[in-house]
Amino acid sequence: MRDVMTGSGKELSLPAQIGVALVRLSVSIAIPLLTFLVLWGGFVFLRDSGASQLVITAVAVFWGIGGVVCLYWTAYWFLTRIPKKWRPKVEPYLFIGPAVVALAWFITIPVFRTGYFSFFDRYSENWVGLRNFAYIFTHRTMLIAWRNNVIWLVFGTGFSVLFGFIIAYVADRSRWEVYAKALIFMPMAISMVGASIIWRFVYALNPDIGLLNAIVTAFGGTETNWLIVRPWNNFFLITVFIWGQTGFAMIVLSTAIKGVPVELLEASRVDGANNWVQVTSIVIPYIKSTIMTVSTAIIIASLKTFDVVFTMTQGMDGTEVLASQQYKQMFTYFNYGRGAAIALIILLAVIPVVVYNVLQFRKRGDI
Amino acid sequence: MKNANETIGTKLLVNGILLLFVLIWVTPTMGLFLTSFRSIDAMSESGWWTAFSDLGGFTLDNYRQVMDTGTRSYTTPGGRQVAAVGGRLGQAFLNSITVTIPAVVIPILIATFAAYGFAKMKFRGRRILFGMVVAMLVVPVQISLIPILQDYQKIGLAGSYLGVWLFHGAFGLPLATYLLYNFISTIPDSIMESALIDGADQFNIFVRLIIPLAAPALAAFAILQFLWVWNDLLVPLVFLAGAGPGREVLTQRLLNLVGQFGADWQLLTAAAFVSMILPLIIFFSLQRFFVTGLLSGSVKG
Repeated sequence: MRDVMTGSGKELSLPAQIGVALVRLSVSIAIPLLTFLVLWGGFVFLRDSGASQLVITAVAVFWGIGGVVCLYWTAYWFLTRIPKKWRPKVEPYLFIGPAVVALAWFITIPVFRTGYFSFFDRYSENWVGLRNFAYIFTHRTMLIAWRNNVIWLVFGTGFSVLFGFIIAYVADRSRWEVYAKALIFMPMAISMVGASIIWRFVYALNPDIGLLNAIVTAFGGTETNWLIVRPWNNFFLITVFIWGQTGFAMIVLSTAIKGVPVELLEASRVDGANNWVQVTSIVIPYIKSTIMTVSTAIIIASLKTFDVVFTMTQGMDGTEVLASQQYKQMFTYFNYGRGAAIALIILLAVIPVVVYNVLQFRKRGDI
Repeated sequence: MKNANETIGTKLLVNGILLLFVLIWVTPTMGLFLTSFRSIDAMSESGWWTAFSDLGGFTLDNYRQVMDTGTRSYTTPGGRQVAAVGGRLGQAFLNSITVTIPAVVIPILIATFAAYGFAKMKFRGRRILFGMVVAMLVVPVQISLIPILQDYQKIGLAGSYLGVWLFHGAFGLPLATYLLYNFISTIPDSIMESALIDGADQFNIFVRLIIPLAAPALAAFAILQFLWVWNDLLVPLVFLAGAGPGREVLTQRLLNLVGQFGADWQLLTAAAFVSMILPLIIFFSLQRFFVTGLLSGSVKG
């Protein structure tokens, strides 16, 4: 059709020219309109439909793929309509545009909106200055949450990385490596809610049910309700976290350990170095940057920790952490001001890691 | 690394340490698994570690009950009358599938386009925009909960699956873009240049060359995102609040069962196992992709 329009436009009579223009105009409107209808129609259907769950899920998958295809198809169509010299300038923005818009709506702008809310009261109506932050740094429950988050960060991260390293190191020297690693890695696949139930079962009070109390009583101790003993109960929660995160540390460190050149180790062996010296003076320095990467990832996970606390104790008996308090301020006390302030604090705690990440990238020359 | 010629002593030491860790890691899960097949009487009378001394104590009743919707009463092998309140996990399982699949699918294509743009095109603002994507890898979801919930209340998405899909989809975008960026950067420019000379444009190249080549990275992301969404508690807790118990996903349902079943460990363990079965199957069958994804995207918390 385009060939007809451009190729023989000269000889066409005026009404025909108007006709062609009308066709072009309607196509220009129809294609974006169609895309809009697909996206909007899918949105409304998925929001309001009472159809069976299977139908809605199927529609959502088609909408998720089809809607996005339509979007880019429209963008492509648009690109072929603009002068050729502009295309290379416009094209990249069409590629990254949808992602940038989605990230702006869901992540970038909310950072500022949450920051704004944190200076307002529970209904986000009246300015309260720094009162929410004063609460965060002085209230008893919040101070407990702070203390616990520090414990989580230090012990949770420390032991996950330490155990991950030990396992990766010994597994590398064992013929059972593959099987051992798969078993220790397994908790990564399950939810922290499920993991918490596994460990609540281990901690169960009745020594005929709970493994830990069975062991303790077998050695002559008395059964204990581990989850209410302040402040040690925090360590029993952190155990669940370590159990989950060690596999992650192990997998990443294992790859790095395999990269340590054998020649270095053999040379040191000739010099009479034992295993301990090899580990501390060759292996660890060699994989230092990987240890940093793993540690930062687990530090972030420990700062955001929520599921374990919520499933194990709901934050009772002095086990509150920042994220569980953030949820409670939002949904139990309906105080959006305090909820926003705690969310902002969690973000601020993560920022050093964000900066570190970006700097690493700069080193690689990607940004 | 792999050091050659180890002595018997070090071999024993190495495997001993490894065995110790494996035992500590596996035992709790073993207990869960065994208990989920034990009757209530067996469970309360003896520890699961003695389960194999009485092989008659095994049953599938626990699974029936946690999947059930209604309440029914039955007689235990021990002769007691028990009222069994269903755990409604069957519905929750379907709900989890409903929440997870679109939340995995929606971000994939958008992220692939963006990753290609960042990796292979030159434009103003590329460095700063991609820097922001990298920074967003670790932004905690908490920062967005209140603003997005308010938006959702305005446009009618609070308590809907669509709201959860969009939220999970958006928070999956940085990781997806980052993984695919790493992957697409390694595709040599010469391949694209020769296609350009043949008259293809960027969209053609993208559809015909990049998407097929990026398939392994797409799979890696899909698995990570699947496990992340399936196992997440906070997002459905916030955005499905008020949607009614019929719409709860597995993690929410499980959290409620901790209260409902209390000390009925034979039920709680069965429920927990139901929630793990699908991720475990995916994990063990697709471990290769999972590990690839984890290694290149290890910064996401």
